[in-house]
Amino acid sequence: MAITVDASGDLSPEEQKRLKADLHRSLFRNKVRACLLVAPLVVFILVTFVAPIGNMLIRSVEDPQVNEYMPLTSAALQDWDGQELPDEAIFAALAQDLIAGRESKEIGKAATRLNYESSGMRSLIMGSARKISRIEPPYKEALIEADKDWADIDNWKVIKRLSSPYTTSYYVAALDMETSPDGEVSFVPENQQIYLKLFWRTLWMSMLITAMTVLLGYPVSYFLASLPVKKANVLMILVLLPFWTSLLVRTSSWIAMLQSQGILNDLLVWLGIIADEQRLQMIYNALGTVIAMTHILLPFMILPLYSVMKTVPPSYLRAARSLGANPWTAFWQVYLPQTIPGISAGAILVFILAIGYYITPALVGGQSGQFIGNLIAYHMQGSLNWGMAAALGVMLLVLVMGIYGLYSRFVGVNNVKLG
Amino acid sequence: MTSPVSSEAFVRFDGVQKSYDGVNLVVKDLNVDIPRGEFLTMLGPSGSGKTTSLMMLAGFETATHGDIFLNGRSINNVAPHKRGIGMVFQNYALFPHMTVAENLAFPLQVRKMGKAEVKERVQKALDMVELGVFGNRRPAQLSGGQQQRVAVARALVFEPDLVLMDEPLGALDKNLREQMQYEIKHIHERLGVTVVYVTHDQSEALTMSNRIAVFEDGRIQQLAPPTELYEKPENAFVAQFIGENNTLTGRVDAVAGGICEVVLDNGDRVKALDINTDGAGHGTTLSLRPERVFLNPVDGQCQNMFSGLAEEVIYLGDHIRVRMNICGHNDFIVKVPNSSDKKGLAKGDTIPVGWSIDDCRALDA
Repeated sequence: MAITVDASGDLSPEEQKRLKADLHRSLFRNKVRACLLVAPLVVFILVTFVAPIGNMLIRSVEDPQVNEYMPLTSAALQDWDGQELPDEAIFAALAQDLIAGRESKEIGKAATRLNYESSGMRSLIMGSARKISRIEPPYKEALIEADKDWADIDNWKVIKRLSSPYTTSYYVAALDMETSPDGEVSFVPENQQIYLKLFWRTLWMSMLITAMTVLLGYPVSYFLASLPVKKANVLMILVLLPFWTSLLVRTSSWIAMLQSQGILNDLLVWLGIIADEQRLQMIYNALGTVIAMTHILLPFMILPLYSVMKTVPPSYLRAARSLGANPWTAFWQVYLPQTIPGISAGAILVFILAIGYYITPALVGGQSGQFIGNLIAYHMQGSLNWGMAAALGVMLLVLVMGIYGLYSRFVGVNNVKLG
Repeated sequence: MTSPVSSEAFVRFDGVQKSYDGVNLVVKDLNVDIPRGEFLTMLGPSGSGKTTSLMMLAGFETATHGDIFLNGRSINNVAPHKRGIGMVFQNYALFPHMTVAENLAFPLQVRKMGKAEVKERVQKALDMVELGVFGNRRPAQLSGGQQQRVAVARALVFEPDLVLMDEPLGALDKNLREQMQYEIKHIHERLGVTVVYVTHDQSEALTMSNRIAVFEDGRIQQLAPPTELYEKPENAFVAQFIGENNTLTGRVDAVAGGICEVVLDNGDRVKALDINTDGAGHGTTLSLRPERVFLNPVDGQCQNMFSGLAEEVIYLGDHIRVRMNICGHNDFIVKVPNSSDKKGLAKGDTIPVGWSIDDCRALDA
């Protein structure tokens, strides 16, 4: 039934309800259609993006070995205050775990995990497990008899700390800190610090690379934007060309260019600018990483800059000049402020890409040009310490999100424009 | 070739030429003297060279030949920002990242003026265009007409002697455009500043200007005050471009005492003022304003008398527009004032039509 509208044009509450129902019905098909259109992508993202990241987040705090393979001891230690040696009940639980673990041959996994925290734990556990069949209650005396290390309260503290299926130990290590047996967290000596230094280096080098792309990209974009569209499109191909070339090829050609027997050094020697034995070390260090990454990321700066500059009419500069501003003032006070959205978009793009970069630093970075991404890869593929890799990955993610937060607070996301 | 030196020329184009591609001249031999305080309009169709001429005066384009003088000094090699010329752009070119007040303060700040004086002058300029309370708004928050006024105020705030305007009213709707025409005209009258104004809208030019330079094909076709331009066009282009015009083509048969006799293409003979013909035997274009043609003229009123067939009668309130077939032309327009005795005219009527020699000008072919 059609809804009747009286002379005043107002609808009664029931009629409003019916109108809403009608509207809902008429829009229902559209909504279903919209859902079906986005469904494949949503599924794809859930499977390939959300799930792996969730998995990584969990791995960075997961620590199931001790809890899983020494379940009775873990449970019994929950109420232990850590002031003095555990009582008989806890020793009994340990004995049960050792018996069960020896039978299933899985006690070694817990022993290995404990050994990460405190060396010697593995031999303590495995040795006791071998002797456990001959041990009679009361277990406390018997176990201490078997290995006097069971009388060391610090070993018990380590077991208690690892008895929870979750841990912060990866994060503690990723922050270059260590936990003493008493549970106190402190920084490792400076000469042993790895991760913080690397985070810091990744951060400032990414900033340097971003700054370089702005310095190199801005004049080029300005030039392109001032050309007629036809010419600009031709020249734009030169900017886009690197996009169509494999990243690996581009990085490798930088090796050919920059290495000590490379093209650039040969040229400098040939020109007599440097002596043959003074060849410059331009690659396999931080400099190589900066040069190669600046080149590789430059298009990501030029493209947003160009499209923003295209929208700034040349009459603004002319107006500024006619009002008495010299070319420099006109550029600085009138043109530049209007291109800030482009600089913002390019900078955030380049910076976020740079901070997670892996291949280029790995190939041309040497020791001093490694990024945090390289260490994550090392833990994934080399040391197989996935928990550590996950913790570093999460920290990188938090760092990027934090910087983005600061950025949107002070610069404003609305100021980002891709054209 | 140089034009005679006028001591009072404030702006002067002397034999100026401009080419963009090295093949075609966009401006061909431009010579104009503009006295101080004049409102001069460059009027012409697009591509006629008027905007290029303005841009050369502003300093954004360089003349390929000739000199431009400002206040007796050649400014060919003076950078735009040192010319001290105010300019209003087609799309206002108000800086979007600055408030209205900051926009107005810009020309004063680059001149290193003190803060207090800047503030005072900005307020004065805003008051002049009746936008006193809008200083803290961004240009995007203003209507088109308000932005236009800000642009005018910004071009005037540093008190230049010369202001250039490049089709400044093009983006406004008709009513607002007419209102702004009067505002700009009044500001000009009040401040006595010299204005060079570019437009393709002839009514705008007629409303505002002291003199109008009609551009076509890179040349000034006629430079004259509005009335003269309309009443006494010197060539066929100007007659056709300014106002409505009836054109009859023919050949000059005889010339005597400033009056020529023309044989039209269909053989009819018309007497006209000899303004711009090449003499007997040459082709000519006759120009005749629609309101100067009379239907049923009284005896002796018109020296040229023909019979016309009314093909179309359009009632326009204050006047009636009649399209007639006269002398072989069927697009001949006659404007008849709407008086009670003309009501009877209908399509298909054949009536006597006439016009005076003084209203019919024989121009170039």
